[in-house]
Amino acid sequence: MLRISNLHASVDGKRILRGIDLDVEAGTVHAVMGPNGSGKSTLAAVLAGRDGYSVDAGSVTFRGQDLLDMDPEIRAREGLFLAFQYPVEIPGVSMMYFLREAVNSIRRYRGLAELAAGDFIRLARQKIQPLGIDPGMLKRAVNEGFSGGEKKRCEVFQMSVLEPCLGILDETDSGLDIDALKVVSEGVNGLRGPDRAFVVITHYQRLLRYIVPDYVHVLANGRIARSGDRTLALDLERHGYRWIEERSTALAAAGT
Amino acid sequence: MYTYKYRLVAAWRRPGTQYTMSTAVDPLEGLASQEYKYGFVTDIEQDTLPPGLNEDTVRFISAKKGEPQWLLDWRLKAFRYWQGMKEPTWPNVHYPPIDYQAISYYAAPKSAEDKPKSLDEVDPELLATYEKLGIPLEERAILAGVAVDAVFDSVSVATTFREKLAEAGVIFMPISEAVQEHPDLVRRYLGSVVPPSDNFFAALNSAVFSDGSFVFIPKGVTCPMELSTYFRINAMNTGQFERTLIVAEEGSHVSYLEGCTAPMRDENQLHAAVVELVALDDARIKYSTVQNWYPGDKDGNGGIYNFVTKRGACRGRRSKISWTQVETGSAITWKYPSCILIGDGSTGEFYSVAVTNNHQQADTGTKMIHIGRNTSSTIISKGISAGLSNNSYRGLVKIMPRAEGARNFSQCDSMLMGDRCGAHTFPYLEVRNKSAQVEHEATTSKIGEDQIFYLNQRGIETEDAVSMIVNGFCKEVFRELPMEFAVEAQKLLSVSLEGSVG
Repeated sequence: MLRISNLHASVDGKRILRGIDLDVEAGTVHAVMGPNGSGKSTLAAVLAGRDGYSVDAGSVTFRGQDLLDMDPEIRAREGLFLAFQYPVEIPGVSMMYFLREAVNSIRRYRGLAELAAGDFIRLARQKIQPLGIDPGMLKRAVNEGFSGGEKKRCEVFQMSVLEPCLGILDETDSGLDIDALKVVSEGVNGLRGPDRAFVVITHYQRLLRYIVPDYVHVLANGRIARSGDRTLALDLERHGYRWIEERSTALAAAGT
Repeated sequence: MYTYKYRLVAAWRRPGTQYTMSTAVDPLEGLASQEYKYGFVTDIEQDTLPPGLNEDTVRFISAKKGEPQWLLDWRLKAFRYWQGMKEPTWPNVHYPPIDYQAISYYAAPKSAEDKPKSLDEVDPELLATYEKLGIPLEERAILAGVAVDAVFDSVSVATTFREKLAEAGVIFMPISEAVQEHPDLVRRYLGSVVPPSDNFFAALNSAVFSDGSFVFIPKGVTCPMELSTYFRINAMNTGQFERTLIVAEEGSHVSYLEGCTAPMRDENQLHAAVVELVALDDARIKYSTVQNWYPGDKDGNGGIYNFVTKRGACRGRRSKISWTQVETGSAITWKYPSCILIGDGSTGEFYSVAVTNNHQQADTGTKMIHIGRNTSSTIISKGISAGLSNNSYRGLVKIMPRAEGARNFSQCDSMLMGDRCGAHTFPYLEVRNKSAQVEHEATTSKIGEDQIFYLNQRGIETEDAVSMIVNGFCKEVFRELPMEFAVEAQKLLSVSLEGSVG
């Protein structure tokens, strides 16, 4: 589904990603962990096509196509969804209107008929219920005045409405209390399926108790310093990131 | 054409002299005055007065309309005021001097001479033009139940639903006809809110106004439909000087919509309108404008100079006047729809969206003059600047000594797109009564790249994203507009800001 090869990227001339290789198959969940500043969020931003990030080398294919060649909205329409670490407020635009526009932009791109208002409302109500979000939220302006937890739940709600092939969750667990964390995780787990993959970016192992990954990768100094199964996350919990970081620094110094 | 110009020049030098134009062009039929027999350019389907302005021009317009003496005198008085006045220089706009003698002050479409009684009689070409503007007159009128008094250049050519309105006792007609049919009403209220001496452009309008709308809602009547007028400047080098007068008697309600658009021209064109509103006890007037005059091209060539005086007088107790405007067009906008709150407990509202792009300049806002007790006013202004444009909000809130318990709330938000445009706010507060409560809030923001990216990431392309963000920004104003206008306004905003981001 997603193949990242030797990806190098920088922001304002500062090199952040220094050669990422990652294969994400359909039906799998990959956790990407790492200390602050290791490049986790940069990876998410580059995949989603955010402005201001320059790709210096490497390639990314998504469902067989060159992802880096696509505008951000095309990536979204092709089925890539980013749950934002800091969801953005859009005053005066109702959640309902915004999300229906999103759904229909994607449907138009795929040659499907647009959803009428009534059908969309039914869909939205059905998807919002398991996430424990007050349906009144649909009438509020996008993310405006939402608490941190509400914003994160709302990201997962949007994902469940848009049904992407690839969901990238950028620190969706940060700022969530344990109950919200469970609800959000159940929302993600409900979307897991053979045709869908997830890249779960997180700082803490905590989230991975609820969203159980197939693979865990540890990012340090802009590279994947270590990959393994879910037990790697438990090791990190015990030993911290230091032991991996030291190893990766040594590797970088050796010039490999 | 050249000949006429020459002869008019001669006329300025010898005011009062009678001239007869060459017979190369047929004189217009139905010309009331034999003294001023000007030729008309009929081959371009317009009856156009050659450029130039003097007392004879004023007399001509008045005679052309068969006006009574009092109105001619009123016009001439205004003209004399105007001659002694100077064009205002205080607005935050810049433009080369206007040559008022190079403007033609009268243009009427040919078919107006036959006074069409129904839409079937209207020139199909004219209807096709409205069609192009997205105003299918018939459908709009029938489906939306909107009575349209369409003004093409200077003369009203089509009025619908007049009969239905007449049943309710509502008068809705071109002001030129109202002068004939309801002279007492017109005479009582014309100039009573915006006197001819009010300002340079109001004086000019009073002298040369050619047509406009007159609305009268009698006591206790709620107007059975939204009233709507579409203005359009068509002929080259013609200024448009329409005059609108709306009177709402005790306890009556009316909602009036005004849409404006003009085709592309290289030259600048002048538009100096006057709108007067009068609300008596418990009356409510809602006046909505969507202004989309030609703004000029990307390099700032051409476009309308929109110098408009709009004012409402809340004369009665608990009366209410509400202005809503969406201004996306014109090269230069100079416009301050105002409320004079005389009646105790009266209310004034001003909701505005002003968009400027490329080289457009707007200096717009409102005046709320609190005279009566417990009067209240609300000002919500949203300015959006893009390209190389400049957008200024200028607003006056004045609380007079007798205005016990007056309240005002003002909110002025500006949004900038790009880094070469300007947003300016000039709030003036004059409070002469200690019990007054006056609040002013102002914000300036840049359209957020993070907002656009967020929408992109949900599959929405940049132009749609910008339009969504901007419409959200303007929501408090749009929700004041009647439904069909709100939709049109949103579309207009997207068109106006096309290509301004990304």
